[in-house]
Amino acid sequence: MGAHGPAKGLTRWLTTTNHKDIGSMYLWFSFAMFLLGGSFAMIIRAELFQPGLQIVEPEFFNQMTTMHGLVMVFGAIMPAFVGLANWMIPMMIGAPDMALPRMNNWSFWILPPTFLLLASTLFMEGGGPNFGWTFYAPLSTTYAPPSVTFFIFAVHAMGISSIMGSINIIATVVNMRAPGMTYMKMPMFVWTWLITAFLLVAVMPVLAGAVTMMLMDIHFGTSFFSAAGGGDPVLFQHVFWFFGHPEVYIIILPAFGVVSEVIPTFSRKPLFGYASMVYATASIAFLSFIVWAHHMYTVGLPIAGELFFMYATMLIAVPTAAKVFNWITTMFKGSITLETPMLFAIAKVFLFTVGGFSGLMLAIAPADFQYHDSYFVVAHFHYTMVAGAIFALSSAVYYWLPKWTGKMYNETMGKVHFWVSFIGFNLTFFPQHFVGLAGMPRRIPDYNLMFADFNMMSSIGAFIYGSSQLLFLFNIVRTITHGKPVNDDKVWDGATTLEWTVPSPAPYHTFSTPPEVK
Amino acid sequence: MAGQSNAGHETYYVPEKSSLAINATIGLVASVYGAASVINDASYRPGEETNSSFILFAGLAYFAATLWVWFATTIRENRQGMNSAQLKHSYVIGMQWFIFSEVMFFAAFFGALFYIRNLAGPWLAGEGDGAMNTLLWPGFEYSWPLMETPQDAIGGVSGQAAAGHLANNGEFTGAEKHLSFPGFANIGHWLPLYNTIILLTSSFTCHIAHMGIKENNRKKFNLWLFITVALGAIFLYLQYMEYHEALFEYGIKLNSGVYGTTFFMLTGFHGFHVAMGTVMLLIQWLRSTSKGHFTADDQFGFEASSWYWHFVDVVWVFLFLFVYIL
Ligand code: HEM
Ligand SMILES: [Cu+2]
Repeated sequence: MGAHGPAKGLTRWLTTTNHKDIGSMYLWFSFAMFLLGGSFAMIIRAELFQPGLQIVEPEFFNQMTTMHGLVMVFGAIMPAFVGLANWMIPMMIGAPDMALPRMNNWSFWILPPTFLLLASTLFMEGGGPNFGWTFYAPLSTTYAPPSVTFFIFAVHAMGISSIMGSINIIATVVNMRAPGMTYMKMPMFVWTWLITAFLLVAVMPVLAGAVTMMLMDIHFGTSFFSAAGGGDPVLFQHVFWFFGHPEVYIIILPAFGVVSEVIPTFSRKPLFGYASMVYATASIAFLSFIVWAHHMYTVGLPIAGELFFMYATMLIAVPTAAKVFNWITTMFKGSITLETPMLFAIAKVFLFTVGGFSGLMLAIAPADFQYHDSYFVVAHFHYTMVAGAIFALSSAVYYWLPKWTGKMYNETMGKVHFWVSFIGFNLTFFPQHFVGLAGMPRRIPDYNLMFADFNMMSSIGAFIYGSSQLLFLFNIVRTITHGKPVNDDKVWDGATTLEWTVPSPAPYHTFSTPPEVK
Repeated sequence: MAGQSNAGHETYYVPEKSSLAINATIGLVASVYGAASVINDASYRPGEETNSSFILFAGLAYFAATLWVWFATTIRENRQGMNSAQLKHSYVIGMQWFIFSEVMFFAAFFGALFYIRNLAGPWLAGEGDGAMNTLLWPGFEYSWPLMETPQDAIGGVSGQAAAGHLANNGEFTGAEKHLSFPGFANIGHWLPLYNTIILLTSSFTCHIAHMGIKENNRKKFNLWLFITVALGAIFLYLQYMEYHEALFEYGIKLNSGVYGTTFFMLTGFHGFHVAMGTVMLLIQWLRSTSKGHFTADDQFGFEASSWYWHFVDVVWVFLFLFVYIL
């Protein structure tokens, strides 16, 4: 141990137990899924470029919206954050590796074949899943294509991967901290991941339950979701959103963690209100379990239910706002420099806040009767998930790439990537607020002529945003192959966390004896 | 990290590279693909020759073999003294959170049961503001256990067609009899009661076995662990009898509407977990009797299985309450 380096060739990756190798695999895999899901989005936006049906059949369009959502949520964003967790958590808490390294490798390797299976459903008889990423019954049961069975088992497999990955993160954080690294000294990124991992272990099994009920209803005659047998299709929505709402926080909490590292570094000030950040994250996690029916205001809930879920949802805005204020206060009077990671982090804070505001509008039950299932919802969740999560991921990659590779990325190219992404993103999704409020429904391949201009803007924005990601890829690859070695292990002068105390690139095994944290 | 003091702290153990994960992946993915194919073949092209079941069983066998080697490896490492106290604690944490994830899996099904019994059922019978339901299922009365499905109430599948329902997702004919509490007069023939007693006792015997190994009394450990495993097996046998009775005498099937659905899914998943727990405990028993594994201060393999067993037991108590009694 300690001394020996990685094995050679492909076996290195197949048999590795090293958190850095596994983290890299997660990150590359998620990037591949990001491009795959992105190409589905390009097809969607190409079809919506103009009113009328021109490029794809409506049946195929439905498969594209479904697969775009599934691949982005489960294949791109979630594994990307797990990749960051693998790379950074052991280094940030002074541990040599993850607590359960072999299981760690298994969690990763389940993913590629599972997503291959999921993608292959597009070529099966009857086509791939076409019922939306939320797969509501009875669309996903009575009316589903046969490939739904493969979809169900793919969800099971990725659930197993997620649960094992999260258990590993919990064990690492609870058990592997260096002496002196008390809970309240942990970097925010570690805190947010600890809470995220808890959420994952709590709700992935519920998702497994939901798809199991579907499987039984489709093939074995049960009637969970059939009123004729005494069940209820609305039950599906309850089970799904009991998973689904915590899921959106699973996506956003690690992103909060990233900006809580990046903003202090580039403001050269410690994070403002560290303890309140921890408590806010924990309260968000707790509240996320009791707001799920805000996705179901229009299914016919009793009035007491509407009210309960409306107030609980609005309550979440309080700890969320506390976090936003803390980030802004961290920047206040800081000596700020605007390198690429910081640009992405600031943009994330502001654009996520826009998503939070549209969320508040949606949270108002009577108003949501108008907004529900319109493009306004699409705008809302892309502000939270693309600007909130993916901008944070871009920020994280630029921030830690010099630590991972020992080489500096091209700053100019990074800034170009940022500005093109920023403009492309807003051009895509801001107009969707307007068409949504004016009544354009989501998940349709054709639309009323009155929405034409805004949709064309959206499509142009999407192509801009999409192509700017190729620049991102190019910058990363060039850094690895031709990047200028960093002159200082610390890279960013304002950085304070443990990972910056080790050489850049970080050695294959970081802390084989634990560092002492004062 | 030269120069840093590590007084009082162990050096970490980072395991070698390992091909366990990749083999487990091959097994898991083949099983998953095989299972989906077998099910789809049965539903969409019955009677056709395919190799799906071969893929399923080969996958399962490969998966089981890999897990076997995996566990054998961890046991060997531990017995060779390679596991620091810290790593052992990581295993403990891992098992605890795994059980928590299982709790949440059952929570989904219990949640479905509560929702159907307290909300969806009464609404279907026209309670609340949703007066539409009396138009859709006129004459449907809600009671639990649900012996007459809404479909039955309007004359079965043909009645549903006559009523102009667009969607018909199958035939749901209510059961003839149910398995809930039959009254004190008939309590002697009520299998779930026996099963409750058996499972509660087994939790207790499992605990005695645990005390045995902690007192370094291997005989006591082996004996009481064996009794626990035997009780688990008896439980499974009684559940098999109960299923037989349910299917062939009471007419309770998976498609007997939502009563059959929740009954079989909840007790079925529980039974599957009992089977897993029994096998886990049996393996620990074999380890102790044939290889002399476990000592007074290191019996994690057994402890983990016993936590699992207590968990399965607690789930049963809830099942007994909400599926059978209330
Ligand atoms: C201030 C916090 C937030 C509030 C009050 C809020 C509220 C809502 C509401 C009420 C809806 C349902 C809209 C409808 O279908 O009619 C919704 C949808 C959604 N939200 Fe949020 N949200 C918040 C933050 C987030 C975050 C942080 C994420 C993800 C990172 C997110 C992701 C989503 C998604 C994916 C949907 C749409 C799901 C679908 O139907 O496909 N939201 N939100
Ligand atoms: Cu939500």
